[in-house]
Amino acid sequence: MTRSDWYYRLREHRATLSAAAIFVLLFALYIGKHQVGWTTPVLTTAANKGVLLAIVAMAQTLVVLTGGIDLSVGMVFVLANCVASHLVIGTPLQTAMGVVAVLLTGTLCGLVNGVIIVFGRLQPIITTLATGIVYYGLALGLRPVPGGNVQADLADALTEALPGGIPAMLAVLLAVVVLIWIPYRRSTLGRSALAIGSSEAATYMSGVSIGRTKIVTYTLAGLLASIGGLLLTFVTFSGEASSAIGSVYTLNSIAAVVIGGTVLSGGAGSAIGSIFGAFALRTIGDLLFVFDLEPLWQPLFQGIVLLTAVSFGAVRLLGVRNRLDLYR
Amino acid sequence: MAPILQLVDIAKRYGGVRALERAQFSCTQGRIHALLGENGAGKSTLIKVMTGVVQPDEGRILFEGIERRFVHPKDAVSAGIAGIFQELSLMPSLSVADNICITDPPTRLGLVDRVTQRRVAEAALARAGAEDIHPMAPVESLTLSRRQMVEIAKALARKPKILILDEATSALTAADVLRVFALLKRLRDEGMAIVYISHRMSEIEELADDCSVFRNGSHVATFEAGARSRNELVEMMIGRDIEHAFPPKRVAPQTGYDKDAPALETRNLSWNGRLHNISMSVRPGEIVGLGGLDGQGQRELFLALFGVLRGVEGEILLDGKPVVVRDPKHAKSDALAIALVPEDRKSDGLMLPMSVRDNLCYASLSRLSRLGIVSKTKAGLAVAAAVKRLSIKAPDPTVSVGTLSGGNQQKVVIGKWLMNQPRVLLLSDPTRGIDVGTKQEIYLLVRNLAASGAAVMLYSTDYAELIGCCDRVAVFYDGRIVRWLEGSELTEHALVSSALNLAEETTT
Repeated sequence: MTRSDWYYRLREHRATLSAAAIFVLLFALYIGKHQVGWTTPVLTTAANKGVLLAIVAMAQTLVVLTGGIDLSVGMVFVLANCVASHLVIGTPLQTAMGVVAVLLTGTLCGLVNGVIIVFGRLQPIITTLATGIVYYGLALGLRPVPGGNVQADLADALTEALPGGIPAMLAVLLAVVVLIWIPYRRSTLGRSALAIGSSEAATYMSGVSIGRTKIVTYTLAGLLASIGGLLLTFVTFSGEASSAIGSVYTLNSIAAVVIGGTVLSGGAGSAIGSIFGAFALRTIGDLLFVFDLEPLWQPLFQGIVLLTAVSFGAVRLLGVRNRLDLYR
Repeated sequence: MAPILQLVDIAKRYGGVRALERAQFSCTQGRIHALLGENGAGKSTLIKVMTGVVQPDEGRILFEGIERRFVHPKDAVSAGIAGIFQELSLMPSLSVADNICITDPPTRLGLVDRVTQRRVAEAALARAGAEDIHPMAPVESLTLSRRQMVEIAKALARKPKILILDEATSALTAADVLRVFALLKRLRDEGMAIVYISHRMSEIEELADDCSVFRNGSHVATFEAGARSRNELVEMMIGRDIEHAFPPKRVAPQTGYDKDAPALETRNLSWNGRLHNISMSVRPGEIVGLGGLDGQGQRELFLALFGVLRGVEGEILLDGKPVVVRDPKHAKSDALAIALVPEDRKSDGLMLPMSVRDNLCYASLSRLSRLGIVSKTKAGLAVAAAVKRLSIKAPDPTVSVGTLSGGNQQKVVIGKWLMNQPRVLLLSDPTRGIDVGTKQEIYLLVRNLAASGAAVMLYSTDYAELIGCCDRVAVFYDGRIVRWLEGSELTEHALVSSALNLAEETTT
């Protein structure tokens, strides 16, 4: 009965791998059907849209892994966009200060979420619903009407392709994974976060600090959401306090997390899976475009495809022979 | 030798309920100190005080002679006190190695060092005698007994000075129990202080150097092991005599005993490679035991009879008529009237946050309601009757089941099914982790149920229970019934040897 290390490695990453497979499948279909196909502009456009959601989905993943949910990620994303449209401009130094200010804003938002949830002992879903509205209010105060600007050289550099044809946004995403997700996942902190999602009581009994872990996790989620908002500014060259954008990003981030194989009750999953989930979700929208569907029918089809994609995760349940396992 | 840990005049109250009053306890390095008492005697609270899970209202804790306060489990852990709890404290979706190292993982440059972690986990597993567990396996993929071994390895990995085991062996298979005993003796000889709680008298006799008895939240006596007889011990704990632990068995009717039609019969029941050709029958009034090591298919048989498993082959007959049990809802319907008291009462038996009343009513809602509306009067009467019949000790039927002691929780699970008037009652290890007094009540209750015409199947990991309680015992091995034991054959020796399937080997 001794199984090899590889069996367990594969088992651990099964969900991430299947999310990647779903994305590759959908994207191959998209490229195959696309008029121009595999060219730098097509890839860059796809990357620019995909990475925004991917980063917000990563933020959501951190929180979901602890068994919580963050309904404010979309609003932090929008708030960061509005802040960036004011501050990320001017000389290189000013621009750099602006970027720092945007990221601090998001970090602070996340910290507030974490502190309220841990010390106020409120449930994450309602806390972040409320704080999300507050953050939206702040965004609206900063940008009553859409507008503003952003440092154009930086924006161009990040939204176009690197020499060699690789979209710069993908490099940014890679940097975020390497600098934030991997250290988090491999540190005591990330380990504790998964433990909390798996069984909070057992984690407490193991002598692990639950409050600190949660606060840092929500804070990092805020930081990630603001990175997404900053990148949005580079794509749109403006800021807009749109509650619709915020809500769509929040809900899509949850969908991406699920497609990516992270369990909504927490304890198991990966932000890498969520990245593929976000890419897959974006590709679904693009697919309808290349298949020339009537725009009116798009939401309907998008919903059906999403449902199908999520159902893949439930396929294994068909093989369950002990029905009690369905409820565990 | 001076005690390493001393608790002086500890008091703890929950609301108005007194859990501990002027409790004294101390333990010494190189000794195993057994803690005895009924459920509700205060043992668990005492342990929670030692491990920093709850803070005492009064009293002092002296650790290595210095007064300490443990306000969080972390504090006790870092002082060197490790607890292995009755409720598993493992994170199911994390790997074995992650679980073992969760409190203080080895790090390099701030990141968890997985290579070292794996080595630590392997060493801890080996020390606990569970080398066969893969450190990368997710805990949720292991059986209960193996999980408990991980729990023990986890405690050992913290290199504790004091090790506390609260009913740590109740979920273990016989083979794992032997390993743990050898381990505990070795740790003691290496100088560790061990606090051991168990309801199994034989374990205490084998392990303990010192014994402390608690009753009703107070310390009754502390003495060297062997200084008091078994009977004296039990009397100290409950004031009752152990001889009467089991009610008298069924006296077979003089005429027509063998002609009694079985209430439940299975023919060649097989499932998924875990059950092989199980053919057995239970007559009304009979208690049939399922013996054998843990995890030999006993649980699967119950689940198959209760309609939980898909793809069961073979036949199930109720009162001589073949039936197909579609699901638990069908199983409990009047036509079949099968009840299953599951092994894991906390996850499968009860909705812990809900009230005693609601929990009692769940299996029989259709009986208690008209046109889909639950009748408060009917439910109230039925609940009151169940509480009285089982003498469930709850301040009020509206309190949540989670606040009751383990024994009373189990009574609620049994009561919930009795309200449905089952003809076939399947009991899966119903007395696990329950005190002697409540055990006796449950034995009596089950015997009375059988006497009133129910067919009972009882799976138990406790040999004494199978011998004392059952009319016949089917010993399971690897999904098969390897031996039937009855009457004078039903001895501990026969149970153990057939459980290990030794009989077969000696004949070949």
